[in-house]
Amino acid sequence: MNRALGLGFLAFLVSIPFWIGDQYLLHILINAGIFVIGAMSLNLLLGYTGQLSLGHVAFFGIGAYTSALLSLGFDVTTFWGGELVVGPQPVWLSFLAGIVLAGLAGWFIGRISFKVRGAYFVIITISFAEVTKLVALNWVDLTEGPMALISIPPFSVSIPGIWEATFYGKTPNYYIMLAIGVVSYIVIKRLVNSRLGRAMVALRENEPLAMSVGIDVTRYLVLAAVVSAAIAGAAGGLYTHYVRIVDPDVFLFIYTVTMVIMVITGGKGTLAGPIVGGIIFGVLPEILREFMGPEAQWVTYGAVMIAIVMFLPEGIVPALTRFWERRKESRDASDRMITGRAASSATETPSE
Amino acid sequence: MDQLLQHLINALILGGTYALLGIGLTMIFGIMNVVNFTHGELYTFGAYMLFFVVMVLGLNFFVSLAVAVVLGIILGAAIEFTLLRPIRGANIDTTMLVMIGAWIVMQNSEQWIWSGIAKSVSTPFPSDPLVFGPISVSYYRVFVFAAAILLIVGAHMLIHRTKLGKAMRATFQDSDTAALMGININRIYTATFALGSGLAAAAGALLAPVFVVTPTMGNIAALKAFAIVILGGLGNFKGATIGGFILALVEEFGAGYISSGYRDAMGFLLIIAVLLFRPTGLFKQAERIG
Amino acid sequence: MSDSTSANALSVDHVAVHFGGLVAIADMTFSVDRGEVVSLIGPNGAGKTTAFNVVTGFLQPTKGTVTYQGRQVNGLKPHQIADLGLVRTFQKTSVFDTNTVFDNILIGLHRRGQRSAWEVLLSLPRVRREEEELRAKAWDILEFVGLDRQANSLGGALAYGEQRLLEVAVALAAEPSLLLLDEPVSGMNPSETSSFMDLLAKMRERHITMLLVEHDMRMVMGVSDRIVVLNDGHIIAEGSPESIQNNPEVIKAYLGEGAEHVGN
Repeated sequence: MNRALGLGFLAFLVSIPFWIGDQYLLHILINAGIFVIGAMSLNLLLGYTGQLSLGHVAFFGIGAYTSALLSLGFDVTTFWGGELVVGPQPVWLSFLAGIVLAGLAGWFIGRISFKVRGAYFVIITISFAEVTKLVALNWVDLTEGPMALISIPPFSVSIPGIWEATFYGKTPNYYIMLAIGVVSYIVIKRLVNSRLGRAMVALRENEPLAMSVGIDVTRYLVLAAVVSAAIAGAAGGLYTHYVRIVDPDVFLFIYTVTMVIMVITGGKGTLAGPIVGGIIFGVLPEILREFMGPEAQWVTYGAVMIAIVMFLPEGIVPALTRFWERRKESRDASDRMITGRAASSATETPSE
Repeated sequence: MDQLLQHLINALILGGTYALLGIGLTMIFGIMNVVNFTHGELYTFGAYMLFFVVMVLGLNFFVSLAVAVVLGIILGAAIEFTLLRPIRGANIDTTMLVMIGAWIVMQNSEQWIWSGIAKSVSTPFPSDPLVFGPISVSYYRVFVFAAAILLIVGAHMLIHRTKLGKAMRATFQDSDTAALMGININRIYTATFALGSGLAAAAGALLAPVFVVTPTMGNIAALKAFAIVILGGLGNFKGATIGGFILALVEEFGAGYISSGYRDAMGFLLIIAVLLFRPTGLFKQAERIG
Repeated sequence: MSDSTSANALSVDHVAVHFGGLVAIADMTFSVDRGEVVSLIGPNGAGKTTAFNVVTGFLQPTKGTVTYQGRQVNGLKPHQIADLGLVRTFQKTSVFDTNTVFDNILIGLHRRGQRSAWEVLLSLPRVRREEEELRAKAWDILEFVGLDRQANSLGGALAYGEQRLLEVAVALAAEPSLLLLDEPVSGMNPSETSSFMDLLAKMRERHITMLLVEHDMRMVMGVSDRIVVLNDGHIIAEGSPESIQNNPEVIKAYLGEGAEHVGN
C-alpha cells in the first residue's frame, strides 16, 4: 500500500511540469523541494537520533558556497602567505565537492559536539552555524562577503567536445531537484531501515540500554551527522546552481528553524513527515501571500509550531497513520465479529 | 598601553550588561530546565518599551526604565503561564521547540508593530564623553554599567536573602523535595521566568540608547547570552556573571587586536573551545542539575 | 564462547569507588567462574548497583581493576565491554518503549550484524541476507523467553512482568558470555517470579554465566552456585547458599537494616 502510494506520488510529481503552465509556480515548487531535501536531512538527526541540531543551515551553506566557489574558480591568499588559485571546475564536480565538504563538516561537528547533549548540544550547533556565517561575511577575498557570489553557472551536462546542454530553465531544474530529492530519500530510507538506523533509534529511545547491548553511541551519531550534513550540502549545491547567486544570508538561523518546523509538523522520525511538512510550509507562504504580510505569516508559523508541539507532538504523518490503522482495525474487528473469530486476538490490541 | 587600558574599560562596561543578560537566562535554565529562546525577544521588548515610554509618551527617562522592566516582568510571567505551565514536565527538547515558536511569534510581532525601521532613544545624559587622561567613556555608559551592577547585586540578594529566593534555591536543588516541603512549584517557576525576563528587558532598555532599536536586535543578544551561560556552566549564577565579563574581554580584545569583523565570532569560538575541553563550563563548583 | 584457559571469567580486584567524599565501594574483590551463577546480595545502599556499573563500564573505579577473560575491562566504554560479551540489565525497567517487542530484540542483536554503512546504502544482497538471519534469530529468542505472541506490541505497552522478560531477552540477543542481571524479579508477583526462575534454569542449561543482584532470597538461594555479600561497600561474606544462610555477619547486616526489608 505504502509503496504504491509513494510511487503514485512520485508519478504525480514527475507529471507536474507537463500541465502546470505557470513557470512561477514551478519556481515555488523547486524552492519548496530544496527545503524538503534540507528537512529530510535534518530529520535524520532530529527525528531518528533525537538530537536537536539547530545549526543545520551551516551544512546547507557550506554545500552552497563550496559548489559556487569551485564552479566559479577563486584565488585566495592562504594563511601561510602563499596564493591558492583554483580555476573554474565543472558544475557536477563542484556539486560533489560541496557534498563531500558538508559531510566532512558534519563529521567534525559530530566528533566534537556529541560529547555533550541536550541544551549544550543545541547551543554548540547554533554557534557553529553562526561562525560559518561570520566567515562567509568576513572572508571577503574568498566569498565576496555581503556583495555575494554572482553569475554562478547552472547545472549542465556535456560529452566533451561533442555536445553540451546547460540548464537555465525551470523545468530541467525541477527535474534535477526531484532526482536529488529521490536519491536523498532512498539513502535515508535504506539507512533508517537497516541495523544502523535501528541503532540510531535505540540511542534516541534509551541510550544506556543501547550502550549495554554494544551500540557505539558516538559512531552512530557521527554517522547520522555525516549523512545528514552531506544531504544538506547537496540541497545547498542545488540551491546555488539554481538561484545562481549566494550570499551569507543562506546561513540565517531562520532557515534552520523553517526546516525544524517542517520536520516537527510533518512528523519527526518518519520518512514521509518532512516531505509532508516541507510541502505544507514550502507552498503555504505563496497561498498566504495574498492575505498576509510576511510578518503576519511568520507569526502564524510560530503559532502553528507551538500548537503542533503542544497538541500533536508526533506530527501529522504518525497521527494520520494511527487514524488509518485504527479504522482498519475496527473494520477488521467487525469482520471477525461476523465470522465469529473475535475472541482470539482481543487481548493483543496495543493499549494506549 | 593607553589602548590596552581603553579596551579594558570598554570590556568592563560591556561585561556588566552581558552579565545581566546571562544571569536571567541561567536562572531560568537552572531552576526550570528550560532553554529560553525568548530571552532575546524580552531584551528587544525592553528596548521598545523604553522607546515607547520615553519617545512616544514623553515620560521621564528613569521612570521609563523602571516601566520597561516591569512590563518585561509581566510579559515573562504571561509567557510562563500560557506556554510553559501547560507542558510542565515535558522533556527539554519539547520546551525548547515551544520557546523557538514563541521567539518567532514575538520577533515578527515586533516587526509588524514597529516596522523594520531602526528607532533611537535619547537620554538626559551629556553627550560629550568623560575623559580621564587617555581614556574616554560616555556618561551614559557609566550609568549603564552602574545600573547593571546594581541589578546583578539586587538579583543576587533576592536569591540569597529573601524567602522567595530560598524557595527558588530549594527548587533548583530538587524540585520534588521542594514540592514535598510545601513550596508551590508553579509559583516559583512563574516568578523565576518573570525575574529572568525582567533582567533581559532591563538589559535591552539600558542598551537601547547606546545602539538603535530594531526588531532583530535580540538575536545576537540571545546568542551571546547562550555563550555566557555555557561559559559559566548552565544554571550557575556566579558563573554567568563572570562569564559575561570574560566574553566582553575576549570580544573587545579580539576585535581590537585580531579582527573587528570576527568580533561576534569570538564568543562562539570560545564556547566551542570550552565545550571541547570543559563541557561543564569554566567553573567546576557549578551546582549540578538533575 | 571463548576458550580462555583462565578459570575466572570475571575478576574484580580491589575495586573502590568514591563519589567526591562519599565512599560507595571501599574495597571489593570477587570473581565469577565460567558457567557459574553468582549472586551479589546486600542491604540497600551496599554498593551492588555501583559494582555493576563499574563492571560494565558505566562508572570508572577510583581504584582497582576489573578483568574479563584475562583482558582489563575498566577504562573501556560500555559498548566495548558489551562487545567482550559482558551484557547487563538495569535495576529500573529499561526497554525501548516506542519500539515493538520484535524491534527491541533486533536492536539487541546489533552486535551480530556486520554490514557497513556503504553496503547498506548500496543495498547489497548480503545486507538483505543478514537482515533475514537477524530476524530469524529474533524469533528464536522471543520463543526462548516466551514473548513470541507479543512480538508486535510496543515495548512500553507490555505488562510489568513481561517488560522485565523483554529486558532479559534484549540482553540475551546481545549474545552474552556473562550476563549481569540487576534485580530482575523486583516488583514481580510470585507467579511471575517462578516463571522467571524457570527461564533462568533454561539459561543455565545453555551455559550462560550469570552475575545476579537480587533481593528476593527465595530466588537467590534457589539459583545461585555461590553468593557474595556486600555491606557498606565491603564484602562481608562469600560462599555457598547454605553457608551464607547461616553466616552470623550476614544475619547481623540484614537485621541491622530493619524489619521493613524482610517484609519485602
